[in-house]
Amino acid sequence: MAVVTRDAAPRVHWLVRRLLASLAVLFVVSLVVFAATQALPSDPAEAILGRDATPERVAALRDQLNLDRSLPSQYVSWLGGILQGDLGESLTRRAPFADALVSRFSNSFVLFAVASLIAVPLSLVFGVLGATRRDSWGDRVGVTVSLLLSAVPEFVIGVLLTLLLATTVFHIFTPVALVPEGESILKHPEAMALPVLTLVLAVVPYLNRLVRAAMTDTLGADYVQMARLKGISESQIARRHALPNTLIPVVQASALVMAYLFSGVLVVEFLFRYPGLGTMLADAVANRDLPVIQAVTLVYAASIVLLNLSADVLTIWLSPRLRTGDVR
Amino acid sequence: MTDHQSVSAPRRRARGERFPTLRRAWRYGHTKAGLVLLVLVVLMAVVGPAIAPHSPTEFVGRPFAPPGQGALLGTDSLGHDVWTRVLYGGRTVLWTSIAATVIGMVLGTTLGLYAGFVRGAVDGLISRSLDVVLAFPQLVLVLLFVSMLGSHLWLIVLLSGVAIAPGVARVSRGMTMDLATRDFVRSAELLGLGRTRLLFGEVLPGLTSPLLVEATMRLMWSIGLIAGVSFLGFGVQAPAADWGLMINENRNGFSLQPWAVLAPVTMLGLLASGSGLVAEGLSRALALVSSAEMNP
Repeated sequence: MAVVTRDAAPRVHWLVRRLLASLAVLFVVSLVVFAATQALPSDPAEAILGRDATPERVAALRDQLNLDRSLPSQYVSWLGGILQGDLGESLTRRAPFADALVSRFSNSFVLFAVASLIAVPLSLVFGVLGATRRDSWGDRVGVTVSLLLSAVPEFVIGVLLTLLLATTVFHIFTPVALVPEGESILKHPEAMALPVLTLVLAVVPYLNRLVRAAMTDTLGADYVQMARLKGISESQIARRHALPNTLIPVVQASALVMAYLFSGVLVVEFLFRYPGLGTMLADAVANRDLPVIQAVTLVYAASIVLLNLSADVLTIWLSPRLRTGDVR
Repeated sequence: MTDHQSVSAPRRRARGERFPTLRRAWRYGHTKAGLVLLVLVVLMAVVGPAIAPHSPTEFVGRPFAPPGQGALLGTDSLGHDVWTRVLYGGRTVLWTSIAATVIGMVLGTTLGLYAGFVRGAVDGLISRSLDVVLAFPQLVLVLLFVSMLGSHLWLIVLLSGVAIAPGVARVSRGMTMDLATRDFVRSAELLGLGRTRLLFGEVLPGLTSPLLVEATMRLMWSIGLIAGVSFLGFGVQAPAADWGLMINENRNGFSLQPWAVLAPVTMLGLLASGSGLVAEGLSRALALVSSAEMNP
C-alpha cells in the first residue's frame, strides 16, 4: 500500500475516499435521527400535542409531519426537504425555522471561533513552556491547575465565573446574554464575554496538556539531541525543530477534544442564554419540537464530521512525509 | 493525559507482584488527594440524608433567604433548606454516573476486544458504527432520545453508556491488536481455546490497568454529562433534590443567594476533580510500569 510517488494522485484518491466515508457516516446519522422519532411510545402527533390533542389538530399535525405515509417515504421527503434547505415548520412557533437555525449556527460558530482563536495560541505557549521547563515549580502548578480545570464540567466553571465577575464579587459583565432573536451576536460583543472566557478556561487545560505531552516526546527524539549536540540553543530547538513536529499529533487530538467539548459548549450556551444552537436544542427538547430537534442534531453531527475531516486534511498538509503520497 | 493510550498493556506478573500499577499509583499525591475527595463526596451523599436537619421538600423560610436562622446555607428558590438539599442531592448523580460508566466500559471493551482480535470485515463494521455514535456530541445523543422517550433515569444512564462506549472501544481495540500478536496469546490459540475464553481469559487480563485508567476518566466525563442533563432540566425532576437541577432552579437568585448555586456547584466540582485526580495518578503509574516492563 505504501507507494511513495511524487504526483498528487494518491492524495486526491485519499481525499475522495475520506469524503465518501464522511458522507456515509452522515447518511447513517440521518437514519438514526429519523429513527429516533419512531421511538415515540405513542402516536407522535398525540404525544407532541399532549393535552391539546383534539382530533382535528392531531389530523393536521399528522398531515404536516407526513405521518400517514410509509416510513421510507417519510424519510425520503424529510431528508429531501433538508437537502433543499426546506426544514419544515417549528411546531411551537408554527413557522419555518431555517433562518433561525442559520442565525443560531453562526452565533455558535462565532463563539467557538473566538474561543479557539484565544485558546489555541495560549495552549501552544503554555504547553511549550511546560515541556521546556519540565518539573519546574511553574510547570507543576500549571499541570495541577490544568488537571483540575479539565476535570470539572464546563458549566461549573461558567457558574463560578458568573459569581466572580457578574453577580457577587465583581460586577464587570452581564450574567445573561440579552440578544433579540435573529440578531447577530457580533452586534452584542458584551454578551460574549463570559461564554468565551468559560470556554477558554475549559479548552486551554486540555490543549495545553496535549501540547506539553507531544512536545516532551519530541524534545527527547534523536534528531533533537543531535541539534543540541551541534550547539543550537534550547529556544531555537523548541521553536524551529520540535514545535512543527509536535503540531501533527496535537491537530488530531484536538479534533477529538473539540468534538467532545461540543457537549460542554451546549450547556455553557444554555447557562448564559447565549443565542446559539445549544440553547435552540435545549428549548426544542423542552417543547418537544421534533423538526427543530432533528435539524439541530444533524447540524451538530455534520459539524463534528467536518471537524474530523479538516483535522485529517490538516495532518496531511503538515507532515511532509505524508504529503508525498504515503498516506495508506 | 493520553500517555497510556500509546503504551502497550503490562502482562500479568508472578504472584505477590500483582497490581503493580495500583501500588505505584498509590505513591502519587494525585491519587491520594483524589481518593480523599471521592470518599468525602460519596460519604456525604450516602450518610447525608440521615443527618439532614430538614426534609428536602420542607419549606423553612422565604425564598432565597441568606444563611442563618435555622438554614445553614440559606434557602432556595422555593424556600427549601439548601444544606438539606445538598445532603440529599448527590445520590442520583453518583449512582447514575457510575452505572453509565460500567455500561460504557463493558460495551466498549467487548466491542474493542472483538474488533481488535477478529479484524477484517467485522472490525470494519464495528469501527464504522462507532464512528456514527462519535458523530453525535454525547449530550446531543442523550437529548435526542430523551426528548422522544421522556426523562427516565434508566434511559439517561443507558444512553450515556452508549455515548461513552466508542472511546473505550477504540482504546481496547488498539491494545488488543497489539496483544493478539504476543506469544502467550498465540500459544493459547494453538492450544485450541475458544474465542470467548481466549479474549476474556487471556487478552482481557492484560488490559486491566489501562482499562482502569480509562474507567476513572470516563467516570469523570459521565459526571459532567449526567449533571449537565440535570442542569438543563431533563434529568431528575423537581421537587427531588439533585445537584445539577439545583443549579438550574436557583440561578435566577444568583445575586440574592449565591449559596444556593455555589454549594451544589462545589460538590459537583469536587466529585469530578476527585475522579480526575485518581485518573491522573493511575495513568502516570501505568506509563511508568509499562515502560519498565518494556525495558526491564
